[in-house]
Amino acid sequence: MAEKKKLDLERRPMPKQPPHIRRRNFDEVARGYTPEMAVAEARRCILCKKPTCIEGCPVDIDIPAFVGRIAEGDFVGAIRKLKQTNCLPAMCGRVCPQETQCEEKCHLHKKEASIAVGRLERFAADWEAAEGQVEMPEMRAATGRKVAVVGSGPAGITVAGDLIKLGHEVVLYEALHEPGGVLTYGIPEFRLPKRIVRREMDYIRKLGVEVVCDYVVGRIKTLDQLLDRYDAVFLGTGAGLPWFLEIPGENLCGVYSANEYLTRMNLMRGFAYPKSSIPIKRHRRVAVFGGGNVAMDSARTAVRLGAEEVYIIYRRSRLELPARVEEVENAEEEGVVFQFLTLPVRLIGDEDGWLREIECLRMELGEPDASGRRKPVKIPGSEFRMPMDAAVVAIGNSPNPLIPRCTPDLKVNKNGTLVVSDVKTGKTSKDRVWAGGDVVSGAATVILAMGAGRAAARAMHEYLTGEKLPGTTPEVTTR
Amino acid sequence: MFRVVKLQRLVPNIHLMEVEAREVAEQVQPGQFVIVRAAEGGERIPLSIADWDRQAGTVTLVFMEVGASTARLARLKAGGSIPTVAGPLGRPTAIAAAGQRVVCVAGCYGIASMLPIVRALHGAGAEVTVVLEARSRFLLYWEDRMKAFAKQVITITRDGSSGFRGHVPGLPALLREAGITPDQVVVNGCTFLLSQTSRHLAGLDVPITVSLNPIMMDGTGMCGVCRVTVGGEMKFACVDGPDFDGREVDWKEMLARRKQYMDEEASLCHRASCAGGR
Repeated sequence: MAEKKKLDLERRPMPKQPPHIRRRNFDEVARGYTPEMAVAEARRCILCKKPTCIEGCPVDIDIPAFVGRIAEGDFVGAIRKLKQTNCLPAMCGRVCPQETQCEEKCHLHKKEASIAVGRLERFAADWEAAEGQVEMPEMRAATGRKVAVVGSGPAGITVAGDLIKLGHEVVLYEALHEPGGVLTYGIPEFRLPKRIVRREMDYIRKLGVEVVCDYVVGRIKTLDQLLDRYDAVFLGTGAGLPWFLEIPGENLCGVYSANEYLTRMNLMRGFAYPKSSIPIKRHRRVAVFGGGNVAMDSARTAVRLGAEEVYIIYRRSRLELPARVEEVENAEEEGVVFQFLTLPVRLIGDEDGWLREIECLRMELGEPDASGRRKPVKIPGSEFRMPMDAAVVAIGNSPNPLIPRCTPDLKVNKNGTLVVSDVKTGKTSKDRVWAGGDVVSGAATVILAMGAGRAAARAMHEYLTGEKLPGTTPEVTTR
Repeated sequence: MFRVVKLQRLVPNIHLMEVEAREVAEQVQPGQFVIVRAAEGGERIPLSIADWDRQAGTVTLVFMEVGASTARLARLKAGGSIPTVAGPLGRPTAIAAAGQRVVCVAGCYGIASMLPIVRALHGAGAEVTVVLEARSRFLLYWEDRMKAFAKQVITITRDGSSGFRGHVPGLPALLREAGITPDQVVVNGCTFLLSQTSRHLAGLDVPITVSLNPIMMDGTGMCGVCRVTVGGEMKFACVDGPDFDGREVDWKEMLARRKQYMDEEASLCHRASCAGGR
């Protein structure tokens, strides 16, 4: 493996469904590497003496080690290495923004030929699910301590997985009828197939985590009531409260929050209507407000539901789009039309209360704002209208206030996020309660939530047992 | 899975279901609801909680058969089960203080969800007048159960087969003639009853607490499909309500939003009954 070789700067593409086909189905767009492709891609890794890719990973995956094993054809070894620090590789390989994390730190990045770490991670995880035996990690002896994890999204799954391996009893509570949080209700099937989420949840259950669905903490039990029954509680309740634009006409029929639009499709499988029993509308012209991944997901869902015209209405320019480049490209290939520097100001309906038109204003870019991005400024008198049957508001979410509302001593910031004394541990203002993921950071990514979950699990373990875990992860596998 | 203990038709089209949900029963307060799924793969629908037994760990739900999910629920039998009973959701109904005179107007499935409110009002020492509304006498139920807690129970039917003949527009005159001057009005029932009562009793100049029943999905404040305009502000009925002052609700919007999926629901019903079953 170590022989000197010429730099291979040809990043291996991953096969995708062609746009004209995938516009009409909800199957996964990216098909994944074959073993040959994976080995070829992995062999491009130059195995730097000082690998910088790991720095870019919020959960410190030993990237050169797992890539190296794929290069040698040792797929079992690769997945073992991955799972030492990442309990959800099949998901991270699909939805992590690798281009701003590990792949950006890759030494080949300057030559625009970063190793496709995400695709390789996905390959290893899928290979294990299809070919290999899913191995059980070594479990520590029971400590007799009990932990409740509230919210079964990426942060909660990570905390549950880490703490059960350390010997604690873990119950994972989910408000909806299926676990997975945003992985289940938010990210569409064509980007993250639900069978993969179910597979990971089965694994968590196999480790011994009890998963309780339909359990709305904050209503059925207060946080204080949970603390009567558990030694510690982790809150990974995400950012589930949708923002609206607060413009006239937002309550017209045909106007959805992205949460509603996506949940109807993903959790409730509305795309199968009338075979599934969740009713949905098939709109002809759909506008999506926002420029993030959720906006792309909504627009691409609208395309698949048969909409003839789908627009992304974004108030800044292409450069400021917060969505992953890959998702923007996918959306454009599928026929989504981008209206940049455009701000919706009014939604206009008919007599029966249905959306018929949207009124927008043109913007121009001014001085940089607090986020460092150039601030969009309204151009007076530039109003124009577009006929529209549906609008999806995808401008962000804040944390759900249900639990803070019934827990006076749980401190909350102005934007609804929980106050933590230390982001490295996720300790909240309340005794025996930790938190992590979007409920602390505001809407962010799957991998950051997992990183926060991992950190909180370490801190909780230390609290529960007094033991400080070595290294940066609480991993206890002996391999 | 949640086991069904009892299923009974109360009156034509309205059914009572008692289901085991111990932790929901432990916590529930008057005015709250649960989200139910009738089957795996089914939609999530909100149902008001009509009664509970904290000892036995059961809650009682009364619902009208209107769509595919409620049709499925109505066909269940004792011993059967449903996959989801999530709750108790929503804020409980605020119960008036001792000595307050409260008029409780209820119709349809709202008669059932009103019972725990009337019971709690009575327990708090309020003076309760219950007005039950129906098209005809054969659609009225629980009059006797109401009498146990109310000072008086008045019935209104469109055809005059029980009590006063008429509908909600006649309420102000009815109250006036009976010498009832309420400090508060509480209304449970269909959106039409809620809106009409709010409209016709607005002249009393007292709070009119209505329990809204918009379309819901998660019931936890996540999707916003249940949003309503109250006093000019956007509210989510599932977490900010379901109770609001009916004088401040934008009823036109509420009624339009409620009807959004009428055609699709009708189509589902049709399939459920004769398209070879599902």
